Amino acid sequence: MTRLQHAVLGLAALATAALVAIVTAPPPAQARTIVDSAGRSVEVPDTVTRVFAAGPPASILVYALKPDALLGWPRAIRGEERPYIAPAYRDLPETGRLTGRGGEANLERVLALKPDLIIDFGSVRDTYVDLANRVQEQTGIPYILVNGRFEETADSLRLVGQALGVAERGEMLARDVEVTFAELDAILADVPQESRPRVYLARGPDGLETGMKGSINTEIIERAGGRNVAEAPGQYGLVRASPEQVILANPDTIITWDRNFHRAVWSDPLWAGIEAVQRKRVYLSPTAPFGWIDRPPSLNRMMGLKWLAGLFYPQRWQGELREEARAFYRLWYHVDLSKGELDGLLEWASGRAP
Amino acid sequence: MGERARTLTRDGFRRGAGRGTIGLLVAAVALLSMGALLVGPFPLGPFEAIGRLLDAIAGRDAAGDAATTVLVSIRLPRIAGALLVGAALAAAGACYQTLFRNPLVSPDILGVSAGAGLGAVLGIFLSLPVAAIQFMGFAGGLGAVALVGFVAAAIRHGDRTLILVLAGVVVGALTGAATSLLKVLADPYDQLPAITFWLLGSLAGVKGEDIWPAAPVVLAGLVPLVLLRWRINVLSLGDEEARALGIEAARLRLAVVVCATLVTASVVAIAGVVGWVGLVIPHIARMLVGPGFGRLLPVAALLGAAYLLVVDTLARTISSVEVPLGILTAVVGAPFFLWLLARGRRAWA
Repeated sequence: MTRLQHAVLGLAALATAALVAIVTAPPPAQARTIVDSAGRSVEVPDTVTRVFAAGPPASILVYALKPDALLGWPRAIRGEERPYIAPAYRDLPETGRLTGRGGEANLERVLALKPDLIIDFGSVRDTYVDLANRVQEQTGIPYILVNGRFEETADSLRLVGQALGVAERGEMLARDVEVTFAELDAILADVPQESRPRVYLARGPDGLETGMKGSINTEIIERAGGRNVAEAPGQYGLVRASPEQVILANPDTIITWDRNFHRAVWSDPLWAGIEAVQRKRVYLSPTAPFGWIDRPPSLNRMMGLKWLAGLFYPQRWQGELREEARAFYRLWYHVDLSKGELDGLLEWASGRAP
Repeated sequence: MGERARTLTRDGFRRGAGRGTIGLLVAAVALLSMGALLVGPFPLGPFEAIGRLLDAIAGRDAAGDAATTVLVSIRLPRIAGALLVGAALAAAGACYQTLFRNPLVSPDILGVSAGAGLGAVLGIFLSLPVAAIQFMGFAGGLGAVALVGFVAAAIRHGDRTLILVLAGVVVGALTGAATSLLKVLADPYDQLPAITFWLLGSLAGVKGEDIWPAAPVVLAGLVPLVLLRWRINVLSLGDEEARALGIEAARLRLAVVVCATLVTASVVAIAGVVGWVGLVIPHIARMLVGPGFGRLLPVAALLGAAYLLVVDTLARTISSVEVPLGILTAVVGAPFFLWLLARGRRAWA
């Protein structure tokens, strides 16, 4: 081989190496534009690795999609909730809530965590749009608002999946949601409104707090094929009901996550005459790691949806709760439940809380 | 002093009129209670209601029957609760206003509501059952006032009354801060709404089993106040005048504070924080029968009972959901009070 040939070969090798390097090197950090649920255009960095969840619903959304990006829990995971969160994320710090009821997170502390992105999942009304804009201007951190209504779950998953750079996972979870919704729609198609269960959501230690039909706290009732008995045109949100109104409404099913209420309801003369109590249809929702039917209103409700579908329509709903819970906790919460943990959860869902 | 003495004598002259007022008020409370028993979202005709009630008294109640449950387990305890809470708060307000010789004083002056609020909120925060929440509210109310008493006793100089009031303000502010801290720490989707509703006051969940333990405590506080009413009257003249009349002011004042606190704490524990009643009802009572405590106490108690009964009946009927009592007592009471003031027959005396 001549010297010239050597030189040419060497140059070629060098050029190839340079080419390979150029092709495979990470592109310089550049921003993409994401349009959030409120229609705001937000510049989001290409790679998002540190996400601040503005409230409990958002933390579950981020945890389900990309747990490594979650900077902390708005409320620390405690006690009996711990086994149901993957070990690596159980001890993430408590960051406080940025918005919603009792916003308390300190903006300086938010900045100290160096998030690439702030996500809020819930209401996209003007107050929250304004709040998002203010925080974004003040901190320079992109802030996206994601619609928290139950019906929008699949779209919200796709949106945040894209924002976090995990579009495939977002797509997969969104498909899972759509399949569940479609299965429910199929079994509910020929169930007339009159023969759907009349459901009362009992909140608070005396069970006399409830959510009106149309509020985010009770959406799951209608989605699972029930009818919320707390219904008055023009009234939304959490209210206090009087026992007389509950007796008058005479729900045939009561759902709650309050253990004190669930324990007391069976021997309480006030509730004794109510159809749900007489038919032993007062159901206690587990709350580990998050509530099944609400608390907070986020993706955790997908588990409750399957549970309620089985309770409301035992003949029609095909799912088997144990298998559903195992699969749900694995897919959404990144935990493989042991037999004991699964038993505990199912016992809880049948009224015997730990 | 001359003005005071004249008022007292005038009060003496008004004794006969006071008795008539009390008779009228008792009749009004009885009538209102009957009326309240018949209204509510559950449809129940008056004759049917009376029939059910007689059945229940005779022990012939069909178990699980909705109408009987509504009457006996819901409306009766609730009416009893409204009467008890209204009477207790108004009586305690009358005591404190006389004791401190100040018309702007309410039963909360020594921190009883703030303390009860903190106790109950802590109970909700710890996810305790309802009875335990009520007990913690009661204990919190007593605890706050006891703390005020100790602080005031520890400071040995200055105006006794002023120090007591200031200690009440300070303890009230501290317990209020602790309550706010618990609200921040509470689960926003679960405990926070429960706390908010509790702090607004409501009789929606009141049951017979809540009334039975509270009523004896209220009575235990009210009976000594009734027995001491003429001496307390003298207390309103000031310590020196009282001593001249052979009454030991400090001891008597302590007795009044203990009794009024017991009364207030036990009702706040079952109804939550119901403002306004203890402040305004004593004024209205004073407009009716004058400042003499002997008349004032029973009239204020009866007026308070009637007022809270009316307000609570509104709270459970005007909307398809419960309206918190704390909101309604102010909304209904404030314009009425302004109207009374504008008529201005009698000023605070």
